[in-house]
Amino acid sequence: MKLITAIIKPHQLDEVKEALEAFGVAGMTISEASGYGRQRGHSEVYRGAEYTVDFVPKVRLEVLVDDVDSSDVLEVILKAAQTGRIGDGKIWSVPVDEVVRVRTGERGVDAL
Amino acid sequence: MPFAAEPPVINEAATAFMLIASSMVLLMTPGLALFYGGMTRSKSVLNMMMMSFGALAAVGIIYVLWGYSMSFGNLQDGTSDIAGIFANPFHLFGLGDLTGPDGPRLIDPFGVGVFIPEYIYVGFQLTFAVITVALISGAIADRVKFSTWMTFAVIWVTIVYFPLAHMVWGGGLLSGSENGLSAKLFGATDGVANVLPIDFAGGTVVHINAGAAGLALALVVGKRLGFGKVAMRPHNLPLVMIGAGLLWFGWFGFNAGSELAADGVASAVWLNTTVATCAAAIGWLLVEKVRDGHPTSLGAASGVVAGLVAITPACGALSPVGSIILGVVAGGLSALAVGLKYKFGYDDSLDVVGVHLVAGLWGTIGAGLLATSTGLFYGGGWDQLVLQILIALISLVLSLVLTYAIAMGLKATLGWRISEDEESEGIDQTEHAESAYEIGGFAASSGRSTTHRPAVPAEQAEGANA
Repeated sequence: MKLITAIIKPHQLDEVKEALEAFGVAGMTISEASGYGRQRGHSEVYRGAEYTVDFVPKVRLEVLVDDVDSSDVLEVILKAAQTGRIGDGKIWSVPVDEVVRVRTGERGVDAL
Repeated sequence: MPFAAEPPVINEAATAFMLIASSMVLLMTPGLALFYGGMTRSKSVLNMMMMSFGALAAVGIIYVLWGYSMSFGNLQDGTSDIAGIFANPFHLFGLGDLTGPDGPRLIDPFGVGVFIPEYIYVGFQLTFAVITVALISGAIADRVKFSTWMTFAVIWVTIVYFPLAHMVWGGGLLSGSENGLSAKLFGATDGVANVLPIDFAGGTVVHINAGAAGLALALVVGKRLGFGKVAMRPHNLPLVMIGAGLLWFGWFGFNAGSELAADGVASAVWLNTTVATCAAAIGWLLVEKVRDGHPTSLGAASGVVAGLVAITPACGALSPVGSIILGVVAGGLSALAVGLKYKFGYDDSLDVVGVHLVAGLWGTIGAGLLATSTGLFYGGGWDQLVLQILIALISLVLSLVLTYAIAMGLKATLGWRISEDEESEGIDQTEHAESAYEIGGFAASSGRSTTHRPAVPAEQAEGANA
């Protein structure tokens, strides 16, 4: 099994979610995140004093998938999240040892 | 005046108007709490708002005890003041004498035959004292012991505000009375100075005074940790905008109410207040657009306040078009002035100096240019302008010097600053044991009550600790 984590633009979230649902992913977790990459942050001005805001708002999306689906899911997220402009984010996947569904105690792929 | 042959008759229209106007001015202080609170960081918004509410609570009481007596206690009873500086604080201490055998005493402060109960005149003036003290707090955000602030409020309003209110409005040195400065400079006719100082609603008493006091406090108290290095962004601009809106609404009570009657002058004042404020918002935004590239919401809210400040002394003397000119200049000047603190290195955190002192000076002096009766631009000659500059500068120096002395005294005794650890953790937590927002949502709202904890059997409690 794999954990796929995507850092995406907040306003791309709905598209990504719909694309994952269409693919057949049963669930996902999101959290609000802040960060920057090569695009850096932006500047804001308050009463003439300029501030550089490095951390810009992002959404972190996490989804657990079976090994066979992982590269397809990654592609689905990539297509839906891409705008082609700076700040589109990143996607990565890592191997997962064990997954347990809390309600039933099912383990492994059955718990996905 | 009290010497009329017929007993004075209450003017009920004016009384109703003053009850409403006083309530509106009172609302300005909670409005100011929002305006200031939104501009601080989220870890110190409650302390910022508490400085306003604290000033409201403390000064409200003191005003009734000795404030009114010190400022206006001489108006009705022909008692003399002390060298034109303040009236006897004990003459009307606690307002004991205001209800006579015929019911509440009436007063006609301008001697024009409009009598209102003295109680509501006290109330109206009380709200002015409160907001003036609260305004100062913007200079010392995030870093001051609440107990020292409350002590300062009591001492400052007594030593600085009450005397200045007496000097300008209570027939003292800066008023148009025959013992005042103007009468000495330009002569007097029938007991009234030939050139009357213009301060309709408090450019000197409220705004120059609070602005200069803010500067003195910022100098004595010192900078916030990380001032000029760390980003200290306003944490909630919608709060700032709500606060600016409430201030604007309350300010109609402040300015129009200062006519002490519901009449034509009050109506003109209402209109002048509105257009000057609109113009100042435009003035501030224009400066921002040209200088920074973006017109900001904080700029609009700040421009509104700068315009209200500038029109305060002048609102009874200008035409609507004159008010627009006064306002647009006020907004532009203040927008340029708020950057000075970085140049000179004083941490006037929320720009009490840049907004209240600068716009207050401009409004008071600008009245000498734009007053339709006596202003320089209307062919009135130089006298009014010279007098306006004098009363503005005297108020400035008086407030700056006295506030500096009070602040140094408090620094040596109670101390102003919370510790560096407390300041970086956040003053809301360390001074008030509260946090404004549940940052982190459910994680912040978890936790247990440690005051009203149900009694736990001993063995179970031990088990929990194991």
